[in-house]
Formats: sequence, C-alpha cells, structure tokens
Amino acid sequence: MSTYAPPQEQTAQAQHDPADVYGLMAEFDNQEDLMKACANARDAGYKTMDAYTPVPIHGLTDALGWDDNSVQRIVFCCALVGMSLGFGLMYMITMVWYPMNVGGRPNFSWPAFVPPTFETTILLSAFGAVFGMLAMNGLPSPYHPVFNNPRFIMASSDRFFLCIEAEDPKFDLANTRKFLEAQHPAEVVAVEN
Amino acid sequence: MSSNHYIPDLSSFRNKAFFVGLAGVLVAVYGMTSNSEQFMRSYLLAFLFSLLIPVTCNGLLCLHHLVGGQWGILMRPLLEAGSRTLWINLLFSIPILLNVPALYEWARPEVVANDHILQNKAAWLNVHFWSWRIIFYFLVWILLGYYLNLYSNEQAAGRNEEETEAAKEKLRNLSGPGLVLHILTLTFAAFDLGMSLEPHWPSTMYGVLYLIGGALVTMAFMILVMRRLTVEAPMSHLVKVNHFRDWGTLLFAFVCLWAYVNFSQFLIIWSANLPEETPWYVKRTQGPWSTLAGCLMLFHFALPFLLLLIRFNKKKSAILGFIAAFMIVMKFLDLAWLIAPAFHEVEEAGHQFLHWLDVVTPVGLFGLWAGFFAYQLGRKSLMPVEAAKLPTGGHH
Repeated sequence: MSTYAPPQEQTAQAQHDPADVYGLMAEFDNQEDLMKACANARDAGYKTMDAYTPVPIHGLTDALGWDDNSVQRIVFCCALVGMSLGFGLMYMITMVWYPMNVGGRPNFSWPAFVPPTFETTILLSAFGAVFGMLAMNGLPSPYHPVFNNPRFIMASSDRFFLCIEAEDPKFDLANTRKFLEAQHPAEVVAVEN
Repeated sequence: MSSNHYIPDLSSFRNKAFFVGLAGVLVAVYGMTSNSEQFMRSYLLAFLFSLLIPVTCNGLLCLHHLVGGQWGILMRPLLEAGSRTLWINLLFSIPILLNVPALYEWARPEVVANDHILQNKAAWLNVHFWSWRIIFYFLVWILLGYYLNLYSNEQAAGRNEEETEAAKEKLRNLSGPGLVLHILTLTFAAFDLGMSLEPHWPSTMYGVLYLIGGALVTMAFMILVMRRLTVEAPMSHLVKVNHFRDWGTLLFAFVCLWAYVNFSQFLIIWSANLPEETPWYVKRTQGPWSTLAGCLMLFHFALPFLLLLIRFNKKKSAILGFIAAFMIVMKFLDLAWLIAPAFHEVEEAGHQFLHWLDVVTPVGLFGLWAGFFAYQLGRKSLMPVEAAKLPTGGHH
C-alpha cells in the first residue's frame, strides 16, 4: 500500500471520491504476470489503460489491445508534403528561377531531382513521426497522476505496472480493483488525480 | 498441435508443377528446333529465374540464424526445403556450360581477336575458368545448404537442451561466414552469368540487384507457400496474423531496397554520362523496353510500396498472397529487362521485345523447380524446431 495514504484508507477504499481517482494501478514483480494481466484486462473489455515497464517488452501493445494508427497517418501526410515541396523546389529552381545548361542535359532532368526529393520526404516524415508521437502522447507533460503512487518510481528499475484509468467506460472502483487483485499483483493502489 | 511432426500432402501441387514444367520445357524444345540461338538466350533467363529462390533460401536462413525473429521460425523449414533443391539448378546449368560461346561474346575467339578490351579481360573471362567458377559457386551453395539442413536436423533431434544448444551454436557459427559467402558467390555469379553478357559494361551494383531481387522473390514465393499451408491444421493454428504482417513488412523492405539499388545505379551512370556506361541504359530504354522500364517503376515499386504501407493488406493473407504473386511476375519482368536486351545492339534493341520462348522456357524450368521444391517440402516435418518461441494467444 502506498506510504503517503492515511491508514484508514487502506481498509476502506470506497472512501475515495471517484472524481479524484485517476485510475487503479497494479504492481507486478515480473513481466509475465504483467503481460497476462494486460491481455486479461483487454479481453475483459478495458480500453483506457497503460502499462509501465523498466524495459521495452515485445508484444505489450498487442496485449494492451492498442490499435492506434494516428501517428502513421500523420507521417504519411508529412511525407507527401515533403515530397511535393522537395520536387517543387527543384522544379522551380531549374525551370523558373535559375534555368541553366548543365552538361547539355534538359532543364527538367528528373533523375537529379530524386535525391533532394527523397531527403525532404524523409525529413518531413521524421518531423511528423517525432512531433506527431509527442503530440499524440500529450507530451511534454509536466504533471502526470501516476507519479502520485510513490512506488511508481520502481517502474524505472525492476517493477511492472498496469494502470486502468477511471476514464474507461467499464471502470468501477470496486469491480476493477477486484479484477486487478485476481491478476496476482504485488499490490493494487488507487491513484489520485 | 500436440504432434510435432507434420508433412502436408502436396502431391497434387507437385504433379501440377511437374506437368506445367514438362509442358513448358517440351514446347521450348520445339522452339529450339527452329531457333536454337533464341532458345539459349531464353534458357539463360529461365535458369537465372529458377536459381534466385533456392540460392536466396541459404542467405535468408543464415540471416535468420544470426538475427532471429518470429518471421524465420515458421519459414525455416520452407527455406531449408528450398536450399535442398539446389542440385536441380546445377543440372539446369549443364546446357549453359555446354553452350558458353552461343551466349557470351567473350567466349567467341573471332570477337576477342578484334577487341582489345576483351583481350585484357581474357584472364578472367575465358570459357574454362568461367565454367569452373560456376561449378564452384554451386558447390559452395549446395554445401552451405547441406550443413544448414544437417545442423537444423540435429537441433530438431536434440534429446536435451544441451544437444539443441550445441546445434544452435553450430548454426550460428556457420551462418556468419555463410552469409558472407552467399553474398560474395551470388555477386560473382551475377557478374559471370548476367553482367558478362555485355562485357564492356561494369557496374559494382549489379550483384546487389540479384541479392535484393532474390530476397524479394523468395519472400514472395514463401508467402504464397505459407498461404497454401495455412488452409489446414496444424499450420493454421501456428501461423498468426502478425506473422503475415511481418512477412509483408519484409517484402516491403525488399521492394524499397530494390528501388534504391536500381535507382542508385541509374543515377550514377546517368550523372557521369560516360560513353562506355550509358549504352546499357540506352538499350533498355528503346521502344518497348522503355515501356517495360516505366512499368517496372510503377508496378515493381510504386504500387507495391503503397499497398504494403497499409497494415491491413499485410494482415489479410489473401491480399498479401495476391501482392506476392504479382511481385513474382514483376520480378520475372525485371530479370527479363536486365537480361534479354543484352543480346541486341543499341540500334536494333528498340525493334525487338521478349520472344515467346522468353516466357515459355522460364515457365517450364520454374515449373520443374517448383515440383522439386514441393517434393523436398514433403521430405521433412514442417513443424518449427523452435515452436516454443511462437506466441500462443491470438487467432489466425
């Protein structure tokens, strides 16, 4: 149980004002239990949840049932914009602004346009990937409720956490706690907003 | 799933492949009686096309043993079956080894006598050394495939963890040098068999075209075989949606690499604009070859690139199978574009296109090879050796 919480709350979780609860956080001491808990939560119908681990775990997003492609779409749109800008820039330079005879080649020498076009495509895609990822994750985020659990700092060393958030339509303080406690966690803590 | 032994019944596929192959070869032999020169040219194309998959099976196996990954665990038995077909390709090479001067101008003394450059290259490009090199490449490939299969069998037969670990260690130790050998031998084989058709033209990228093209067509072919194998248990339980996604992503990577290496070669030669390098491209952009080059850019790169970007297409094995079959056809056209114009002078290249033998002979040889592949698939259990590493949840 969290060390900051007053003792009476340890026995009477229902005293939490539901509006103040960010979610219920289960702590696991190994990744197998965490993966099983994530998959069970997904199969139980929970959607708004997140797992926190000290190392990347292959397949964790599948276990959480995440299927969010919005960063991909941002990257693809940025790639198209980068491609058009790069090719357009080469076209305007060689055809309109500074037409020049280079080795007798036609002004519209598209093979020479390809490397700059490729580079601008990659550049804007990378911007799209990095900034799109930050935006979709809501970063930078100077405050996050999960840190209200003092043991959460262990997520950086050797503990694994699953937090089912109160926003989830299926979330219910008592039932969700019962569900999480059935997943063999080290402990389950209500995290305040 | 309880049994760890599974051999599919592929006899009808095998018989169909043999039938198509025999019919193709017979029609090609009929064509040979009227036009033996064209037959040899088409035969070289057919030989190279049917060689790409079994050779690349070795390379992909080495890659898998070195880097691991879910994609290879299920595909391993298929790739091993592919590398066991290499001796058939050695047999296929006999007509070429017997007819070197019919295909390669450096093998004709009357041409070399009037060509100073070819005289200087004669130490490398002469019939004896060339023929022994081809046999040497096959020896390396067959031995590499043999040991990859042998150690894999040892791993499968291991009675305890110690024995399987020892076999895995052997596989890893073989695969490092094996991958280097694969890359070197396939590069030099591409130089000897393909690039020396136009012996005045050098490109260091040429071998890479075959390495990448081979990886592309092998991945496409194995996706199709997996499509066939997953119609029934136990493979339908073992192979998950994400496996097809991984294979589709690898196919996507090879499509991109293919475009990258082809365009790099073109851009360097186009920029330098040297008279000894440009004829190769001038020839291949005359008349119908120019149309084919445009089609390759669109359908060997742009279309599959966009289709394989979409995850949905990779997860649906029916769609991925369709893309894979399409890529095999495009890879054949790509190889034809590399090989067939080599036999014509720049001036006449625009008036010639693929001969009907250029289609029938590859169908024949590839059909025969596919038949042997199906036979080899039926000789060993297809259950993955490292089945414990496969995910258990999810559905196909």
